[in-house]
Amino acid sequence: MDTVFGVEYDGGVILAADQANARSILIYQSNLDKITHLSSHSAMGVSGPNADLVNFTEYIAKNLALYELSNDGLKLSTHAQAHFARGELATALRKGPYQVNVLLGGYDISSSKASLYTIDYLAAMTKVHYGCQGYASNFCLSIMDRDWKEGLTKDQAIAIVEKCIKELQVRFLISQPNFIIKCIDKEGVNVIKYGADPADN
Amino acid sequence: MSILEYNGAAIIAMTGKECVAIASDTRLGAQAQTVSCDFRKVFKIDDKLFVGLAGLATDVTTLENTLKFRRSLYELREERSMTPKVFSNVLSNLLYEKRFGPYFIEPIVAGLDDTNKPFLSGMDLIGAPVYTDDFVVSGTATANMYGMCETLYQKDMEPEELFETISQALLASVDRDALSGWGAEVHIITKEGVTSRQLKGRMD
Repeated sequence: MDTVFGVEYDGGVILAADQANARSILIYQSNLDKITHLSSHSAMGVSGPNADLVNFTEYIAKNLALYELSNDGLKLSTHAQAHFARGELATALRKGPYQVNVLLGGYDISSSKASLYTIDYLAAMTKVHYGCQGYASNFCLSIMDRDWKEGLTKDQAIAIVEKCIKELQVRFLISQPNFIIKCIDKEGVNVIKYGADPADN
Repeated sequence: MSILEYNGAAIIAMTGKECVAIASDTRLGAQAQTVSCDFRKVFKIDDKLFVGLAGLATDVTTLENTLKFRRSLYELREERSMTPKVFSNVLSNLLYEKRFGPYFIEPIVAGLDDTNKPFLSGMDLIGAPVYTDDFVVSGTATANMYGMCETLYQKDMEPEELFETISQALLASVDRDALSGWGAEVHIITKEGVTSRQLKGRMD
């Protein structure tokens, strides 16, 4: 039911997710932020049951924070963070699986490159230039296939994401009025826009 | 649908004259939907030892890491390289250890032993091995691949001819299978070294 998008551009990654917290026919909340910050320059857009979403993202984020504290401020690359997250998902798979589908995006200051990884709930991971999780993939992957090219600017990448959101609003059965869009680049992880303020209590 | 067919794969390994070739497709799918066209399924374990892992993608990655770890540990302890036969046995053992909760992988081991004699083996998901001297296949298009290999294979092919043969066999097989294809790579292992090439095939 959840929708998560990721689009890589020259110098960063855009992550977007819908903001509904729902189960069956009930919407508990419409301003949930499903894109959790992992480190200063990386974030994970996650789809799945709220319990697993929160548990898994907090577990990964805190472990990454511990690494930085234990290793004198050494920052893990996006590649390392993604492989760590995948490893934890894979270990949990045959013990107590997390039903989360993840799009992990990050910017590496040392190489000035952005990267995006898609990890499904079985812990199958691959590095991609763009991706969708959830039913959205049926509608939006082909839009991204058509519009994405090397060397996109930030605005072009956001335009692709907005085009995908519009498509969902026209053709997807489930109404998803609120989306939160974040950008990860050399300045860090920043919110570009949201449908409903996650800070509203 | 079987869990072994969830992600899609097609892997062939063939022997030639003092050489072996191993080839695979590079599709990663979630049933009918294609997620990626550059997902590696064949891994270098040593200069003359490659393993191809067909099956559930998460287990492909997990086993890739486990096998590289086991090989490194062996080399540290034994102070010598693992021969393909030993590696194949290690893999078989690893898989059978999980007999009642297996890795969903049907691997292929291809390499040259110390005397540069070609070695091939294939296994099912619980480690039952088969050793052949011509070819082994694994994945979602095995019926197609068996037909192609049986027709095109000849004994003692030179590396260039072996490359042509294995490439044509793979390409023709995956073109008739919805779950595999979307790119292919071939590795030719000779005593001089390894040549790896990407094949240009139908991206559908």
